[in-house]
Amino acid sequence: MTTYPDAMGDPSATEAAALAGLREVAPPHLAHATLVAVGLADDYAVIETPIGPLRVAWNGRGVSAVESAVDDAAFEDRFHARTGRQAERRDALPADLAHKVERRLAGDRHNRIDLDLRGASDFERAVWMKALEIPRGEVRPYGWIAREIGRPKAVRAVGTALGHNPVPLIVPCHRVVRSDGMIGQYSLGGPENKRTILSAEGLDPDELEGLARAGIRFIGSDTTRIYCMPTCHDARRVTERHKQEFRSAGAAAAAGYRPCRHCRPLAAAIA
Amino acid sequence: MDERAPGDAHLAACLASDLDGSFESLVLAHQDRLYTIAHRIGGDRLDAEELVQDTFVRAYRAMAGYPPARVRDLRLRGWLTTILVNAGRNRSRVRRVPTVELAFEPGAEPAADPLTRRDERETWARLLAGLTPAQRTAVVLRHVDGLSYAEIAEAVGRPEGTVKAHVHRGLAALRSALVAAEGRERHEREEITA
Repeated sequence: MTTYPDAMGDPSATEAAALAGLREVAPPHLAHATLVAVGLADDYAVIETPIGPLRVAWNGRGVSAVESAVDDAAFEDRFHARTGRQAERRDALPADLAHKVERRLAGDRHNRIDLDLRGASDFERAVWMKALEIPRGEVRPYGWIAREIGRPKAVRAVGTALGHNPVPLIVPCHRVVRSDGMIGQYSLGGPENKRTILSAEGLDPDELEGLARAGIRFIGSDTTRIYCMPTCHDARRVTERHKQEFRSAGAAAAAGYRPCRHCRPLAAAIA
Repeated sequence: MDERAPGDAHLAACLASDLDGSFESLVLAHQDRLYTIAHRIGGDRLDAEELVQDTFVRAYRAMAGYPPARVRDLRLRGWLTTILVNAGRNRSRVRRVPTVELAFEPGAEPAADPLTRRDERETWARLLAGLTPAQRTAVVLRHVDGLSYAEIAEAVGRPEGTVKAHVHRGLAALRSALVAAEGRERHEREEITA
């Protein structure tokens, strides 16, 4: 068997220098790209939405921020203050993410967008995940979310958690309204933006608040004898002729109606 | 005695106590050498970048799952190289990329004068690319990066003796290729003067 002493593998001084001369310096963006990949730094880009340009940040774990900052510097400062991480501006979202965000904003809930929600409490996550279940063109009251996640008394905390939603629009906190049916506050630039987004999603905010002011909380159909939240997909199919309006779940139950299995209005009623 | 490269023991201790806070230091400390290895062993620059990033991501995930004592004891230089070599092998297997051809940079023409200092680097890179993958890997890890034979043996998953043989044969092949290149060059020059 041939053995190779270490010395036999040794190059001459010239050869050693030539081989050492092949060392390279990594491209300048590699370190940041690597930190983004593991979620220790972020990239962001601007997207156009019905409420104007928004900045969307992402890393290898998912989308980490959606904000309506006035400029890059303001966004980067706020992002750093919240996450402790640096965000770097890019020209555009990665193509696959851009496609997914576009589809999500168009109402497709079934394309999965990974979210980076580190730092959030279990309660906040539960609230945000529940908000994700509300279909485009529909709204639910804060109390409905509280009841659905098993914390019926935490209505105010639900409002706070939605206010802290780091990825508005993607997690549609704009689809959660006050328990009296009024549109209410919105973290992404105020209530006017909330109305704009809901309108873009096919809802009429004025009509919604009109019902709320009139004290109408539920809509039933006298053919199915089922009652729904006013914006429920099923309620909106009920023709005027068969539409019944209820001021409370009790009134609907007394009239012999059962709650809809899709929008689960009882959750809103009890809370 | 701790045989780790200078700085690696301290870095490993930092990573063990605060992975997220120290990971950037790991990237900055090792990215140049990993990029060199990835590029020189077989890949164009984009492939090399992806491979290095992939290596760091794998390292991060592995460390996130290790108990701190295990992270503290990591010999980072060799460990990262092992991850890179394995990830590179899997990638070229999946993509069936002819590594020898890819070792040439896109658009890089053969140097007009391989003996001038300016082109020396390119000449050596090209000669290196002509080696078999095993020899090239061994020569790059030993003489471009400077790993010990023990570290290389671990990284490539072969006995130390085999690695030494690859380095030895690789260097011999480089020498004869260089002589041949010089001979060709001399011949061409004589023809021009004649």
